[in-house]
Amino acid sequence: MSVRQSLLAAAIVSIVAFAISPASAQTLRYANQGELKSLDPYTLKETTTIAHHAHVYEGLVTRDKDLKIVPALAESWETLEPTRWRFHLRKNVKFHNGNPFTADDVIFSADRIRAKGSNFLTNVPADAKFVKIDDYTVDVKLDSPNPILISQWDGWYIMNKKWCEENNAVAPTPASATTPSYASLHENGTGPFMIESHQPGVKTVFKANPNWWRKPEHNLKEIIFTSIGSDATRVAALLSGEVDVVEPVPIQDIQRVNASGTGTVMTGPEIRTIFLGMDQVRDELLYSNVKGKNPFKDIRVREAFYKAIDVELIKSRVMRGLSTPSALMVAPQLYVLSKDFARPKFDPDGAKKLLTEAGYPDGFEVTMDCPNDRYVNDAAICQAVVGMLARIGVKINLLAQPKAQYFAKVLKPGGYQTSFYMLGWTPASSDSHNVLNDILGCRDDPKSSRGEANLGGYCNKKLDEVADKVLQEADTAKRDLLIKEAFEIAAKDFGYIPLHQQALAWGVSKKVKLTQRADNQVLLYWATKQEE
Amino acid sequence: MLAFTLRRAIQAIGVMIAVGVIAFSMFRFAGDPVNQIVSMDTSAAERAAIRQSLGLDDPVLVQLGRYFANAAQFKFGVSYQFRLPVADLLKERMPATLELAICATILAMVFGILMGVYSALHRDSLLAKILQAISLIGISLPTFLIGILLIYLFSVTLGWLPSFGRGEVVRIGWWTTGLLTISGLKALILPSITLGLFQMTLIMRLVRAEMLEVLRTDYIRFARARGLTTRAIHFGHALKNTLVPVITVAGMQFGLVIAFAIITETVFQWPGMGLLFVQAVQNVDIPIMAAYLLMVSLIFVTINLVVDILYTVVDPRLRSTISRPV
Amino acid sequence: MSEALVPHQAKADTPRKRPLPGSWFARAIESDLFYSFRRSRLTMVATAMTVLFFLLAILASVLAVQNPFDPAQLQLMNSRIAPIWTADGQSPFLLGTDEQGRDVFSAILYGLRISLTVGVLGVLFSGTLGIILGLIAGYIGGAVDGLIMRIADVQLTFPAILIALLVNGVVKSVFGNRLDAMSTLVVLVIAIGLSFWVQYARTVRGSVMVEKNKDYVAAAQLIGLPAWVIMLRHVLPNAMGPILVIATINLALAIITEATLSFLGAGMPDTMPSLGTLIRIGNNYLFAGEWWIVAFPGIALAALILSINLLGDWLRDALNPKLR
Repeated sequence: MSVRQSLLAAAIVSIVAFAISPASAQTLRYANQGELKSLDPYTLKETTTIAHHAHVYEGLVTRDKDLKIVPALAESWETLEPTRWRFHLRKNVKFHNGNPFTADDVIFSADRIRAKGSNFLTNVPADAKFVKIDDYTVDVKLDSPNPILISQWDGWYIMNKKWCEENNAVAPTPASATTPSYASLHENGTGPFMIESHQPGVKTVFKANPNWWRKPEHNLKEIIFTSIGSDATRVAALLSGEVDVVEPVPIQDIQRVNASGTGTVMTGPEIRTIFLGMDQVRDELLYSNVKGKNPFKDIRVREAFYKAIDVELIKSRVMRGLSTPSALMVAPQLYVLSKDFARPKFDPDGAKKLLTEAGYPDGFEVTMDCPNDRYVNDAAICQAVVGMLARIGVKINLLAQPKAQYFAKVLKPGGYQTSFYMLGWTPASSDSHNVLNDILGCRDDPKSSRGEANLGGYCNKKLDEVADKVLQEADTAKRDLLIKEAFEIAAKDFGYIPLHQQALAWGVSKKVKLTQRADNQVLLYWATKQEE
Repeated sequence: MLAFTLRRAIQAIGVMIAVGVIAFSMFRFAGDPVNQIVSMDTSAAERAAIRQSLGLDDPVLVQLGRYFANAAQFKFGVSYQFRLPVADLLKERMPATLELAICATILAMVFGILMGVYSALHRDSLLAKILQAISLIGISLPTFLIGILLIYLFSVTLGWLPSFGRGEVVRIGWWTTGLLTISGLKALILPSITLGLFQMTLIMRLVRAEMLEVLRTDYIRFARARGLTTRAIHFGHALKNTLVPVITVAGMQFGLVIAFAIITETVFQWPGMGLLFVQAVQNVDIPIMAAYLLMVSLIFVTINLVVDILYTVVDPRLRSTISRPV
Repeated sequence: MSEALVPHQAKADTPRKRPLPGSWFARAIESDLFYSFRRSRLTMVATAMTVLFFLLAILASVLAVQNPFDPAQLQLMNSRIAPIWTADGQSPFLLGTDEQGRDVFSAILYGLRISLTVGVLGVLFSGTLGIILGLIAGYIGGAVDGLIMRIADVQLTFPAILIALLVNGVVKSVFGNRLDAMSTLVVLVIAIGLSFWVQYARTVRGSVMVEKNKDYVAAAQLIGLPAWVIMLRHVLPNAMGPILVIATINLALAIITEATLSFLGAGMPDTMPSLGTLIRIGNNYLFAGEWWIVAFPGIALAALILSINLLGDWLRDALNPKLR
């Protein structure tokens, strides 16, 4: 056969194969705004990526549909003493290549996730020592008690020691790797799906794992994932039936999708809190016409800003009802006492008065930094804020940029170059302490990681003290009261202006049933699709 | 002839070096790649380590030299986003872009020539006027607007054609093609129209103008005098003479089509090099941006070189026809 | 801003005043009367439309019901109101409002102002650059000519949008993130200017090559006129016709380029939208049924470009009888 003939034959075979392959009965097509970059589960700590990996990898624990920690590869665990935990591993679990899952894999993974190059260093505390008791029992020893030890373990996926060693992938693939590692292109998990093909940034095909240890809730044969960055195209693809599930659906399109007859939009509150922050560290703002002093150091100015913003109007007009105005820097799902907090009333006249008292009867000028492709309607919210502040005389120069440039400017490596900004935060641990430490904590100690995401540098030492107590406290009720104390300090200081929790919006074909989790992880192992 | 070719080749290499310096220097200083590859709560020490491992702290000249040495061996570095060699990514995306560009060009040529011939032969007919109007609209509507309109009409409202991606593709060696499956062909239609529309109007106008000009020449008058049929004159003589510049222009425009695919690919989420480039711009993925610029320049320079040489071989007079502002 | 617009307005008027009667007359005689009439009537409509667009842009602050660039004038309460003739319409929002409560009609007027400003300044910048380089290349010749024309050759093969994106990127990276809306406008002008100079340079160079060997130039040189005087006063006027054609067509191209950049998010910011920005914003609401946010800016942009193109088309035909 000549080359040409064999090409032709190959082509014909593929056409035939395409034609006779069973209809996409249990093939689910899923499109996300973001891409699946690396397959190495320790490379990139980002919601969409972690959710993708959850289809092929599993942790010792996982979170159920209500975000509660439940057993996964660990059948059970107990705290032998405050600094010593024991985990009983599940037996008869096999990795996709057939290797059995044992304690060695857990210890290996604990080392790997904390090795240089991992993006998940904080998921497993550095002081945790893993000791193998037998093949299916592992002890974890700690230097100090840590009641929230496993709070981030649902994002710590267990890898196979032998497979990693055989494929020269013992070290985690760093985000900056200059050659792709085997683990970044291949997977060997224990999860419900196996990856059949992976074109980074374009398309990834998942095949159901027939040997999964759990009885699948899904009825899928395969998942075809594509990345569609453009909002309009993504919605169009759902409406024309080319894909079954899309995330996210822009909120302005929700009605149309619901009215289309092809799909519905699942909405629900997300646990991400959107808020505004102000530079309270510099003696003179970087971007303002006020010279020689920093107006945001004056609590009256911060209070005026807070009261000038009509968050209900933002909810009804910009968010089309799909946001939950928040008085707290953490979502109500993550903190039981959050209903004890209420936002100060919207009061533009009071705000104007406060500004006058603070010595700015005619307001002042300041630049606001805002991403325009990160959060739901982020730039539109910022524009609305600009309009509201204009009414109390504050002139805002809005700098709305793509997230790449935005983060480069305002985050720590960029030198916190901002005077007034918008940010969203989901505590990775699903716990308030993360917010108290990373967002509300003082950032004046260069050696500590406290306050690293506190871009405005709000600082109250009293809050830090309480936050430290929160970390140690094992009694839930007492702990909640401590958290309340800390949040009250921040609220009284008007350190931040929390706006709302945005809504999740997943577009789902009428043929598909799906469970939506509040952390915005699209987990298709809970999906069922009707036969076509 | 050889000297001319050699001189042009050396010039082409000079251009490539200049483009390389521009590509490197602009992308080296635009944005901070480190922020793109780490999450928000990565510590400053980790960030510094990443900076160092990427060589972003070396002297600029060292970085430039390293970049050139690698580019010469088609090593464009590793994408910050995908952590894969850029050359592999481009190779993977190239078939999509080339298929789209070729389809768009063929579409533009076929319809452009047909419409151009018709409107030249029937200058005053209603259809010719409509075609002229369409060609003006084709030039007046920005590509992105056309794409949005087509998607809205044919995908969302009528549901006839897919709005994104390549459909089912068949892999032949390293090449992937959408031409062998129904869904692949369907997916090709709207992007090809969007991308080819501008070229089509251009070719139509060119053919019309050339035909009108050729029809006035003595040689056609003599053919008429010889008693040849109108059909033979129009298609045997006039069109044949028109086609040379048309094909030349279409060839020269091919590089442009590939570059314009940036917009079309973005609107249709077509997984080609243009989309890769746009995503790279958004993510400050320096290696991809630089490599794309070099690739596109290489294509342009090669086409130009070939056309230049062909000119001297075929017909030096063509040059004056082409450089007329169209 | 209006200062910049005035000279061009004169330019837009020029074809109607000068070349039109003569060639119109000539064309009417030598060719099909009906055709020419149709053609020129279309041209007159296009001219009127172009002038109208310029007037709307200049008078934007008078005609608009609000200043869409002033956030204090936008009421979020008034967001997403449908056009006035629909059931949900509300006075004074003729064409409805967008998601920020911005009056679409006012936004189009101000957006038009930005688009035309960028277009006209871009054309002036690229024209000046191209003419100067063309004169230099043609007059001096030799290696300088070779260098300039080689750059021109290379650049002509690159699409303007790619060059504009690159220039935009360079400027933004040099100035960091400190660019406000007005400087973004300047960047756009520079980016577009640098993308479109080649055709002017080529045309001018061609004219210079033809003219510089003529006797009158030699005579002028003999009486000691400096080179730049000869070029500006004697050589350049010969190239004005084609330059005008290129300028008109490039004005449309510049506006398209600006719109595309803004659509891709590399142009004017949402707080100071051009037509392209308005379309990008509006496109997000197209599927939501709020069609007016994208439709009217889209129509305005298309009509603007169409008018200018028709004008340029006719101008080219009129100045190049060979094509007719």
